[in-house]
Order: sequence, then C-alpha cells, then structure tokens
Amino acid sequence: MCGVTLDGSIVRSYLGAYPMRVRVLFFALYRDLVGTGELELELPAGATAGALVRVVRERGGGFARIPPDPVLAVNHEYASPAVALRDGDEVAFLPPVAGG
Amino acid sequence: MWSRVTTHPIDPAAVLAEVGAAADGAVLLFLGTVRDHNDGRPVSGVRYEAYVEMAERVLSEIAREAAERLGTDRIAVVHRIGELAVGEASVAIAVSSPHRAEAFDACRYVIEEIKRRLPVWKEERYAEGASRWLEGQVPQIPEVAGG
Repeated sequence: MCGVTLDGSIVRSYLGAYPMRVRVLFFALYRDLVGTGELELELPAGATAGALVRVVRERGGGFARIPPDPVLAVNHEYASPAVALRDGDEVAFLPPVAGG
Repeated sequence: MWSRVTTHPIDPAAVLAEVGAAADGAVLLFLGTVRDHNDGRPVSGVRYEAYVEMAERVLSEIAREAAERLGTDRIAVVHRIGELAVGEASVAIAVSSPHRAEAFDACRYVIEEIKRRLPVWKEERYAEGASRWLEGQVPQIPEVAGG
C-alpha cells in the first residue's frame, strides 16, 4: 500500500509505479542453464508473467537460453503468460516434464 | 485417495494396503521402474527432481480426477524423487474397484497424466559417467488460473 493521497488518480498512478517483489524458481535443465535455482526480482506492479519472462531473458548469458515461451507456474499452478502477478508471488520456470 | 511425493524407497505392499475393500473384485498395482538402458545407451541410474509443493498438489489433483472417472476413491499413488538405481520403482499406483475395467482405466489415467503434467524431471546417469536431462513433455495448460 502507498501512503496518503488526495485523489483516486494519484492512488492508481502511484500503485502502478510501486515495485512488487516476486520469487522466481528454475528447475532441472533451466536451473543448469542459468546457474541458480532461485532469484528475487522487482517488477512494476501489475506486470504479467510474460513480462517477467522477458525481464529474466534480458539478463543475458544462460538466462537468454531459456525459451521465450516457457511453461510457467504461479503459486504452484500452471499459468498463462497473460496472468498479472502480485507482490509475493512465486513464479516457476518449468522445463518439459519427465516424471513416471 | 492417497498421494505422495517421497525421497524414500517405495514399498509396493504399503501402497496396495491403501486400497481394497470388501466390495472390490479387482485390485491393480502398477510400478514404473528404472531401466538399465535408454536409446541404446547403458543407464546406471537416474535422479528425479521435483517442484515438490506443486508436484504434491498436481498428484493429488490427478488422483481426484481418476477417482471421479472410476467412481471410487480407492486410488493410491506415490512418486519417488532423488537418486534411484536400476530396477528401483520411481512410481507406484494402486487401484481397486468392483470390476477390472474401471481399475485398469483409472490406473492408466493416473500414469498418463503423471507423464503429461507432473512437475518432475529425470536426469539419466550413464555407465560411462555422463548424465543428461531427458527430453520431456510440454504440459498443455487446460485452464488458466485467474490473475
């Protein structure tokens, strides 16, 4: 939440600029590519999961080797890149699965 | 219904003990085990990795869906993760029902859905020392969670 404001438009613009923090997880092949299993990232409020993918890939190196349309989970459920993220969300990058 | 993701060796008798009822005339146990070869290469073992919190949730969903198809809640499924040797069970599914057809259908449903969408990955270790992540399936997302 932001602090004191006088009118609704100011509330909205301030919230829109307010960063949120999300926890980003990488598994298996993707973890090997990027060299870590977990990151904390700040994004503008309301950013989508797809926007997060772009931010991650723009880090370059192994991050750029993640496909542009990876399977994603938000808070332990498969999610579309169009989903809007919220502060504190856990977003996982999931390589093709091979259980059984 | 009973579902688990575990790092411990699977005891098939314990999984079977989760199903079965006096009304049931069919009891089925499926074990998926580690093969000693893949694509012509000798395999010495495998390592399974999971997104554990999500895998537990998805496995439970799969069991529930199978129960809805079968019309009984007598379904037990466990997936093991970590290092497994050749011959060890990576997955066990037990189903019981009054008649065999429903039990076979439910068991088949559970293993196919595991392959399709359980967030688990498999790294094969080869006899000569190399290892690699197996190419998996891209889960198709039927419904997208709301924002």
